Amino acid sequence: MTPNDPNITWVEEPRLGLSGKMYMPMFVQGLTTTFKHLKGSLQGKAVTVSYPDQEPEIGNPIIYRGVHRLNKDSQGRVKCVACFLCATACPAHCIDIIGIESPWEDREKYPESFTIDELRCIYCGMCEEACPVDAIELTSLYNLTGRSREEMVFDKEKLLSVYDATKDKEPMRSPEMGGTV
Amino acid sequence: MPTVLVNGEEIEIGEDERLNGIQVAARAGEEVPHYCWHPGLTIVASCRMCLVETGRRDAESGEISMMPKLVPGCQTPATDGTVFVTNSEKVKDARAMVEEDLLIRHPIDCPICDKAGECSLQDYHFEHGREERRADLRPFTSRRRPLGDTVTLFVDRCVMCTRCVRFTREISGDAELMVVNRGAHEEIDVFPGFPLDNRMSGNVVDLCPVGALGDRDFLYKQRVWFIKSHENVCAGCSTGCSINVEENQDRVYRLKPRENPHVTGWWMCDEGRYGWKHVHDPGRNTQPKRRGDEGYENVEWSDLSQELDLKLRSSQRIAAVLSPHLTVEEAFMLATYVREIDPNAQFVLGHVPTQGEDESFSNGFTIRAEKCPNRRGVEEVIIGLTKELPTWDDFANQLGEESFDAVWITGGYKTNWNDETTADKFSGIPLLIVQDTFASPLWDRATFQLPSAAFPERDGSYVNHADRLQCFSWAIRPPAGVMTEGQLFWRLSQKSGLYKSRSILEDVTREIPYFAAAAGVDCGEHGIDLKVDKLAAV
Repeated sequence: MTPNDPNITWVEEPRLGLSGKMYMPMFVQGLTTTFKHLKGSLQGKAVTVSYPDQEPEIGNPIIYRGVHRLNKDSQGRVKCVACFLCATACPAHCIDIIGIESPWEDREKYPESFTIDELRCIYCGMCEEACPVDAIELTSLYNLTGRSREEMVFDKEKLLSVYDATKDKEPMRSPEMGGTV
Repeated sequence: MPTVLVNGEEIEIGEDERLNGIQVAARAGEEVPHYCWHPGLTIVASCRMCLVETGRRDAESGEISMMPKLVPGCQTPATDGTVFVTNSEKVKDARAMVEEDLLIRHPIDCPICDKAGECSLQDYHFEHGREERRADLRPFTSRRRPLGDTVTLFVDRCVMCTRCVRFTREISGDAELMVVNRGAHEEIDVFPGFPLDNRMSGNVVDLCPVGALGDRDFLYKQRVWFIKSHENVCAGCSTGCSINVEENQDRVYRLKPRENPHVTGWWMCDEGRYGWKHVHDPGRNTQPKRRGDEGYENVEWSDLSQELDLKLRSSQRIAAVLSPHLTVEEAFMLATYVREIDPNAQFVLGHVPTQGEDESFSNGFTIRAEKCPNRRGVEEVIIGLTKELPTWDDFANQLGEESFDAVWITGGYKTNWNDETTADKFSGIPLLIVQDTFASPLWDRATFQLPSAAFPERDGSYVNHADRLQCFSWAIRPPAGVMTEGQLFWRLSQKSGLYKSRSILEDVTREIPYFAAAAGVDCGEHGIDLKVDKLAAV
């Protein structure tokens, strides 16, 4: 696409009038918000949260992009088929998979090792998007801490344990929700 | 000259060229999709993917009469006046139909299929398939069974092109593979108790246009879209097959043959194909060392070239053993460097590893007993510089009578190649420089131990048994602690910057008449025949 493409509409910035040039309306508008919050907090309706004593509310945990989890299938096996599509889609190159032949009849390939560098991850959700079997999902866990860099590289077991911890609150994407079996 | 009409465009072909519709369309820049046809195998015209319209142009009236039915392009010879139409609606419809039919029985397990990304079925489906599905297709897991030690068959992914079957019948000659059952139940299989077990078995995996045949060595190791392919030459034997080294992040994952009509066509042997494991062997030498009073001590490459230079310059009589694993450029650089210090220096052709006898297949493909890529090249460098050619054994025996102040032994062998008795003959030499990939008795007696590069790390050219010079560049960087021979010799020759093999090859062509045919010529994909000039001289 070039700048003179007929599909592009160029929009000019509106010219500011005298009041706009003096910044007064914007200034007053900004201060109004500040005073509104001040008034609210004096009445006990603060917009800030006293984290970590108080947990913030997350809108929709299903679409929130927090820590990853590796889902399990109905038999408790890792759902991932080691296709590397998440690693391919990942713009931060934080997913590292080693695939081997699976020990199960109905599956061909599974990950021997699956690690995500949570520090390198930018939580864009592309891995979730790319996964053909809905094995990798982002949960609503946001408070991710660790004592070392090594600890923040999550391996397969840890990612599966995230699934166990979150499966009740955030169900796996079911076929009704557009997911795979 | 015969003229063929492809989509209205006149294509002239050679008088004695025997081309089919696919090949002649390729000259017109039209790709005709095909599964079962392969230039190296016989034609069966069974996949029906290459169906085209054909007809004849009358030589006198110029009138074109077309055949009512579509014909397979692979089976239709292109002669004077033949007309091909490869882009009509009728042809496109036929292709979409074939694709649709193949997909009805396909597992569509592309995410876990190792072929995904280089699969003809995938590519053709995007290019020639229907936009919508008319059948309710669901992915399923393909049945799989090993055909032999090297190849696994994924039964349901197969499109029954029978390229693999024809390969084992026509090229490797063992005919292990066959088609069992009929119609939609057709399968590739081996006879019970007779697995796919020949010395070229890996080729069937390259031939397979879909993911039905998987290389067990490569299976599940890497997705093909991560892999970068580099043109190279196989260092397994003196045939010097053209290959592609496929790597990702300096790790080789597989070798694939590259088409070269002057060497081996489309094939390579299993020995060469899987003969890269030593490159990533954890036992490889990766630390240059100097013998001190208390055993070996580590040295830095940055100080090493200067130290070697000083030590060599204080020596009177020098010998250099040029390994047949070196490239022509590397051998020449070391030889000229040593000759500059000692004009009467002795150059020796290094140990030439051999194993068994040459093995020829019915189509002319030969696996040679000489397990090194560049004996001819190194030989000619030595003859070109000194007019004589002592071999490794001559040299080792001669050591008792003659003494040297310094001997530089180059290696690059895949295994430990010398024994204690030979190595003992070298123990009296004051300055023994051994450059090798793996430790050996000789390595343990060295004054300087220099780790050597393996074949995908080298840069330069090899001369194969038939005097064909093939150039290549490095495919992977050497492991930490290893400096390639080329770079070290470049540095010793007081040249600045990085080793440029092409400029050295120019020097070689000027200095040694044998290499004259390569002067100022681009090596190209297929290499240069060095015999041309020799024949002219005769």
